[in-house]
Amino acid sequence: MIAEFGLAALWLAAALAGLQLVAGFMGMRDEDEVLARLARPAALVQALLCGLAFLTLLWLFARTDLSVALVANNSHSEKPMIFKLAGAWGNHEGSMLLWVTVMAVAGGLIALVERRLPERTMLATLGAQAFVGLGFYAFLLFSSNPFERLNPAPGEGNGLNPLLQDIGLAFHPPTLYFGYVGLSVAFSFVVGALLTRQVTPEFARVMRPWILGAWVFLTIGITAGSYWAYYELGWGGWWFWDPVENASLMPWLAATALLHSASVLASRDALRAWTVMLGVIGFSMSMVGTFLVRSGILTSVHAFAVDPERGSFILALLAINIGGALVLFITRASTVAEGERFSILSREGALVVNNVALSAVLGIVLLGTLYPLLTEAFDVRVSVGPPYFNPVSAIFVLPMLVVLAVGPLLRWRKDSFARIRMPVFALGIIGLLVLAGVLLTSTIDILPLLGLVLAAVVMVGSFLPLRGRSLRRLPLAVWGMVIAHFGAGVTLFGMASDTAFQQERLVAANAGDVVEVGPWQAVLEGVIPVAGPNWNAMEAQLPLTYDGSEAGEARPQARSFWSPPQETSEIALVTRWNGQLYVGVGNQTEDGRWQLRLWWKPFVTFIWYGGLLIALGGVLALLGRLSVDVRRRVAVRKIADRKEDEAAFVQEAGA
Amino acid sequence: MKKLLLILAMLLVTPLAAQDNLPPAPFAYQQLEDPELEAMAQDLMITLRCLKCQSQSIADSDAPMAGDMRHQVRTRIAAGEEPEAIREWLIQRYGDYVSYQPRVKASTWPLFAIPALLVLGAILVLRGRLRKAK
Repeated sequence: MIAEFGLAALWLAAALAGLQLVAGFMGMRDEDEVLARLARPAALVQALLCGLAFLTLLWLFARTDLSVALVANNSHSEKPMIFKLAGAWGNHEGSMLLWVTVMAVAGGLIALVERRLPERTMLATLGAQAFVGLGFYAFLLFSSNPFERLNPAPGEGNGLNPLLQDIGLAFHPPTLYFGYVGLSVAFSFVVGALLTRQVTPEFARVMRPWILGAWVFLTIGITAGSYWAYYELGWGGWWFWDPVENASLMPWLAATALLHSASVLASRDALRAWTVMLGVIGFSMSMVGTFLVRSGILTSVHAFAVDPERGSFILALLAINIGGALVLFITRASTVAEGERFSILSREGALVVNNVALSAVLGIVLLGTLYPLLTEAFDVRVSVGPPYFNPVSAIFVLPMLVVLAVGPLLRWRKDSFARIRMPVFALGIIGLLVLAGVLLTSTIDILPLLGLVLAAVVMVGSFLPLRGRSLRRLPLAVWGMVIAHFGAGVTLFGMASDTAFQQERLVAANAGDVVEVGPWQAVLEGVIPVAGPNWNAMEAQLPLTYDGSEAGEARPQARSFWSPPQETSEIALVTRWNGQLYVGVGNQTEDGRWQLRLWWKPFVTFIWYGGLLIALGGVLALLGRLSVDVRRRVAVRKIADRKEDEAAFVQEAGA
Repeated sequence: MKKLLLILAMLLVTPLAAQDNLPPAPFAYQQLEDPELEAMAQDLMITLRCLKCQSQSIADSDAPMAGDMRHQVRTRIAAGEEPEAIREWLIQRYGDYVSYQPRVKASTWPLFAIPALLVLGAILVLRGRLRKAK
């Protein structure tokens, strides 16, 4: 009965989305006031019902109800509770239900609290949200029903793969989904604003927290995904330009561009069409990402062609939503009056450079990701990898970083170079000093060299906007910007430093052998067998010294799981402030020696510190915006109250 | 029919499985003595795709085939071959798919034409903005 209850709730939620759609769009045209009043409550009830459906699924997984196909296929009665629950969204059907639920809750939230926009625009936004939502409800109900029963119910579930019981793996996908869905909300606002011709600064202000939220989640998701690949794959790489990684990077690039152009629109009423366009692109990239990951097209184009139901469904949704939005954009773009003008040497001008560069990088990543899939369909297999992505995207990223360091110093609308001459010279000198320093001490490739120089310039430049301002009275949003920009410099520094200076040692060692890598010395003391709950391992014990002084021990393992049989390499990481030692152990050679792999990766950790700083900056900016909003609401209410009091007083006096 | 397919599949798998059981070639997990040659080999290896992995280069993989390819690359570099000649040899053997560095040809020109157009587009957009402001 529980599963049927969940399914019923889902159907009802879909029906309410239908109601929200009709009410929103009819209300928008001022055709029916009664209907219009239903839009907001419909969104709220839809959120509740959809949330209920998701809770039902969680409950089914918690109880391990094996008569439900999804539970039987993905869970097991012996799993720890946290992984039973995470199993609810660790599969196709459940993750789509999570997607729809987050989207419905976001819609309910807008309906509940958002009152700044003209009501017609809000109705159109809610209508658009319901339209996008209905597509996903249809997807769930017709081709990916999570509540499908299995008869007869099996005695035990199938999902005890211990390799998938990883806390990072459990929370990584939902993090990205939150980001994707946040962009869907921005998309709905864009459609609403276009339909009612209300592309205003107020619209940008209302949309901005949603973009910021989505962006923070995407940033965290990408950072965590990168670190996971780094320690799990065992060869020291942290970004592979893998299509799955690109699927999360593309929405992030779009969201970053959108964030910046929305702030221009909010503060200066410029870049109207750009912002709208980026809103459409942002959600398109979320859907492209979902399509890439969920359709199975990445394993093989041909496998996708054999069972194309799900992929085609997402593709159709993508075509309808994005195609519709683009047609709307083209027909309305001319009526979106051009925004305020500005000189190229202004804050807006710098942000235009940011937008153009990010969009171009997005185009390159999209091209490099989709092109091999396209040619594979014609049986021509090409590989597009780091030697393509790195230099080609650098064409745009490097100039953008220069502008990033200087842009925040500029004033809105129009500025003169004379005013910022001093800080620009200072940054230039810092860049030249780093360049000279690196060139004198080492020979490295051009890209990491430029990366190091620009990292220094960006890190210093990000703090310059604080010059001459009272730190205590600085708005939270400005702090957010400073920290996020600083984080970008930190990440860049980590990437460049690891690429340029990492040292690798691959050796076959006997017990007692000493391995040197960079400033580290490791002694292979011995290799002992270790047993875990579902694996055996050979563990190498390597006492370490750093620059001659003792520095702990590394204990990498070569693990063999027995159910299902699989070999994994559990690397050992020794973290110092200035980098990480990365140690892996492989197989035994015929003459009894052990394969050891050691990397000294200077400042590699800064890649992820920077990612976290960027996310922190986003959170601060979000809090700043929200607190300003709340304060304004309180002020508005106080004024209203006072007016009422005065009116009452006047009446009394008159009586 | 299913059984027959299974047997056929197993026949196909056996040679691969046998290959997997062989000890790895010497230079699969061992660096070249000369650091300069090793760096050269490393630079090449990170641009070659491990054909059995998902989006990993042969320098990033435990797969036996990646190990064999590393061995090939290192021994050929040590023998004085140019990196690009080794890439060429691997491409002839495994197809374009093995190289992460696409080359301009009939099937790949959009990969280079589109970024060039993007550069042009970016310049035009920025110039347009510049002129409007005047």
